[in-house]
Amino acid sequence: MKEKPDVLQGTLTLMVLKTLDVLGAQHGWGIARRIEQISEDLLAVNQGTLYPLLLKLEHEGSIASEWGVSENNRRARFYRLTAAGRKQLQAEARDWEQTAAIIARFFNVKAEDLT
Amino acid sequence: MKILRRFFIRLSNLATERGTDQRLQEEIAEHLVLQTEENMRGGMTPSEARRQATLKFGPAQAIRERHHAEQSIPFIENLLFDLRYAVRMLLRSPGFSFIAIATIALGIGATTAIYSVIDATLLHPLPYPNPAELVRVMDDLPGVGAQDVGISVPEWRDLESAGIFQSVSVSGTGADVNLTGSAQPERLSYKHATPNYFTVLGVDAQLGRTFDPHDATPGFNLEAVISDGLWRREFGADPHIVGKALRLDNDVYHVVGVMPRGFRDLGSTSEERNTEVWLGAGMAGLPFPPPRRGLRLQSRAVARLKPGLSIAAAQEHLDALVESLKKQYPEEYPSQAAWTVRLTPLSESVVGSVRQSLILLFGAVGLVLLISCVNVANLLLARASVRGREIAVRHALGAQRTRLIRQLLTESLLLFLLGGIAGCAILFFTRKFLLQLVPESLPHMNDISINWGVLAFALAVSVAAGTIFGLAPAWLMSSVDLIGTLRQEGRGSVGSHGRTRARQILVISELALSLVLMVAAGLLLRSFWDLFKVQPGFNPDRVVAIQTWLPGPNDPSQDIYRTATQESVLLREVLRRSRILPGVEEAAIGDVDALPLGHSNPGTLPLIREGIETMDNQAPVIHSPIVSPEYFHLLGMPLLRGRLFSDQDLEDTPQVAVINQAAARTYWPNQDPLGKRVRLHLDARELLNSAKPAWTTIVGVIADARTESLADVATPQIYRSVYQHPAKSLAIFLRGQLDPSTILEQERSQVQAVDPELPVFRAEALGDVLSTSLSVRRFSMEMVAFFAATALLLAGLGIYGTISYVVNERRREIAVRLALGAQRGNILKMVLRRGLGLAAAGAGLGVAGALIVSHLMTGLLYGVSPTDLPTFAGVTLVLTTVALAASYIPALRAMRLDPITTLHSE
Repeated sequence: MKEKPDVLQGTLTLMVLKTLDVLGAQHGWGIARRIEQISEDLLAVNQGTLYPLLLKLEHEGSIASEWGVSENNRRARFYRLTAAGRKQLQAEARDWEQTAAIIARFFNVKAEDLT
Repeated sequence: MKILRRFFIRLSNLATERGTDQRLQEEIAEHLVLQTEENMRGGMTPSEARRQATLKFGPAQAIRERHHAEQSIPFIENLLFDLRYAVRMLLRSPGFSFIAIATIALGIGATTAIYSVIDATLLHPLPYPNPAELVRVMDDLPGVGAQDVGISVPEWRDLESAGIFQSVSVSGTGADVNLTGSAQPERLSYKHATPNYFTVLGVDAQLGRTFDPHDATPGFNLEAVISDGLWRREFGADPHIVGKALRLDNDVYHVVGVMPRGFRDLGSTSEERNTEVWLGAGMAGLPFPPPRRGLRLQSRAVARLKPGLSIAAAQEHLDALVESLKKQYPEEYPSQAAWTVRLTPLSESVVGSVRQSLILLFGAVGLVLLISCVNVANLLLARASVRGREIAVRHALGAQRTRLIRQLLTESLLLFLLGGIAGCAILFFTRKFLLQLVPESLPHMNDISINWGVLAFALAVSVAAGTIFGLAPAWLMSSVDLIGTLRQEGRGSVGSHGRTRARQILVISELALSLVLMVAAGLLLRSFWDLFKVQPGFNPDRVVAIQTWLPGPNDPSQDIYRTATQESVLLREVLRRSRILPGVEEAAIGDVDALPLGHSNPGTLPLIREGIETMDNQAPVIHSPIVSPEYFHLLGMPLLRGRLFSDQDLEDTPQVAVINQAAARTYWPNQDPLGKRVRLHLDARELLNSAKPAWTTIVGVIADARTESLADVATPQIYRSVYQHPAKSLAIFLRGQLDPSTILEQERSQVQAVDPELPVFRAEALGDVLSTSLSVRRFSMEMVAFFAATALLLAGLGIYGTISYVVNERRREIAVRLALGAQRGNILKMVLRRGLGLAAAGAGLGVAGALIVSHLMTGLLYGVSPTDLPTFAGVTLVLTTVALAASYIPALRAMRLDPITTLHSE
């Protein structure tokens, strides 16, 4: 069986913030499910690591949480993006795009370009 | 910045830790439920759905732990945990905690108390800006064995222009002056100083100004700067004081400034310390003698070095200057006098006299601290035997050794900190009482306070002591023999060998340290006692001395008491009136120098003997009190040869003097001093109007008396008659059945009936003067004795604890011995031998230490050798007795052990 690649360091934050940005308030399980769906099961998200990250983000003020009722009428904690979180998402997205662009340039480069 | 922010987040997590962890747990549970439902919807059985959900989620416990480790600061968290545990442990054995904290409080409190004195006197002796630049300039004539002979005006000018100093000031050493014009004539301490004096010290007035440093008015410049104290007391803090007149010794000055509240003059003599008026003086012109190189002023030079110049470098420049001046003025500086100029830090001249006593005290208190720390370390080790099982269990459960040490260290640090706090608190509440014990003659006594520096010192000492003395027990306690302890602790306890040895070493060092202290105290006590018992050579019983002061206006012709003849009218009338006071049997008059032990800076005069060629400035100096003829009889100083003064020795009859044996021995060895003639370089005023050299004939020799210092066998003295030499600072001596509370008033009314402008003050019983002269010695002795007693007590407790412990440890063995028929007496002996062994080892080490210490304090001893056998033997005996007594109680307990119950219960 082929090993699924682990989530790249730091990208989980970006995924969580983007998920909340797109879908609005979500509870933890929902976020985990979305990330799995979007990555089409290509990434092995250790679901457990998600919760410490959520707590950390909440502490840092990027997201806020409140009690709500889930689709199947359970009490659950819903997370939503704060203004600070939105700013952080923009900054991180920019960083990511920049990194990706740099890496892309490396792949496109040919020997003759460097002479 | 980011690191800092994360740190604060973590710190705040510390407080919300529980909440966060709970949240995480809830979320995990929630997630698992939702995932399980999802799986069941996918067709799994409930148990399989749950299993798959858990598998998918990952290791929940590990996640929680990782989260915890990431989000908190384990060090602080552990510390808080340890602290909580330590508090619980302290509360669990309140007896132990109380004794330990009290012991530490004693040690740290006492050390802090002495430190606060040292802080005020030795560490911050000069309350002036850049005190390191301030130096004293002292002229010495080593060729004739004279030190600090004073500076002359031309020399001062040379120094000012030498390029070594920013400025050089010359000032008197502090003297008295009469303030008249207020309700009651008052005697004040004043100081005349060159106008740059305050500039050199670097302090400005709080109101008005100080003197103009460039003022070169000859004589006094009729401006006065007054102290804050005088301003408040005498002038009610009048904000318009500047410009007001001040009548001092019948001269009128104008107040130009008020010094700030905290300002005080240098502190090496009592007059200097209390200075309340400063007068600017040019040191030349009336009433000062005309400037000559050889004419040295009775004064002191204080200078401020050029910035960045070290004392050593300045001294080198100065030496070169002195050499060139000697070549330039060979007559003024004859080679046999070997004139030199020496720089010393100003702080040194202020505190030099008490440094040794204070260092001794600090050493003594340091030993007490050490002993109390050793004692606590001992107690901690004793507890190790009780806690051995607890530690072994924690060890067995996987606690690392460093973790255990940290826990134990936290406990001891907590103990020491609590002790330190308690010590400081006690000190704070008893400070008023403690300050009364400090002798008044200590410079800067008013500055002694418990300030932040002192508290920081106490904190540092607590932490250092807690670390040092907590580490060893922690180390020893944490190295448990796991299996052995767990198996044995349930029954009798056999502590580790290392622990027992450590305790013995601690007790031995405690005994040794207290022996050192006791020897020091013993030697000081003997010195003090010898001084106290010393025959002063005069009889101070029932003698009261009352001071009065005749004004000495700047212009001698304005002085109504200018000549001895003028003054004698007053003196004879005062004596006549004094004798009729109730209770008075005898009365005499002398100057302040004639007041035994009561003056801090006796004036000296150069002694020029007829027939012995000496230049004025290289003559030996001698104390020369001026007294009335009745003085010797009143003080019981017997005449040995020749005669005393009589009422016929007057100003216009040949000058006569009476010397003491010491002077005879020193200056006319193997000769008959009677009839020899001397010239004392008389005070400036007399020099001005006496054309003829006044030769003084020695007419009598009296027995030596210790009138200068009880520790000095005999200082040469040459007495002159007050009817031949006017004196300004007078002491009226009264012998009889006197009530000290009323005699001052009675004498004042008698003196002021003759001259209402004379202040009459300070009635002192000579017996009190005598004991006050010993006050610094008494203070050191009492303190060291107190510390020694404390040390002995602590050492006794230490040896008691150790022997008890040994007995407890060997209960089983003793019980077996008893069961096998050992004599109870033998058991007693066995235990006592243990105690005696410890005492012997401690005493041996202690004697060696005490020998070193006693040699270091030779300067503080009087009449007793630093290796005084009776002191050493006595102290060793006392220590051994205490050690045996302390071992006796546990020994008795061992002897009375009931073998049956002991063996049964084990």
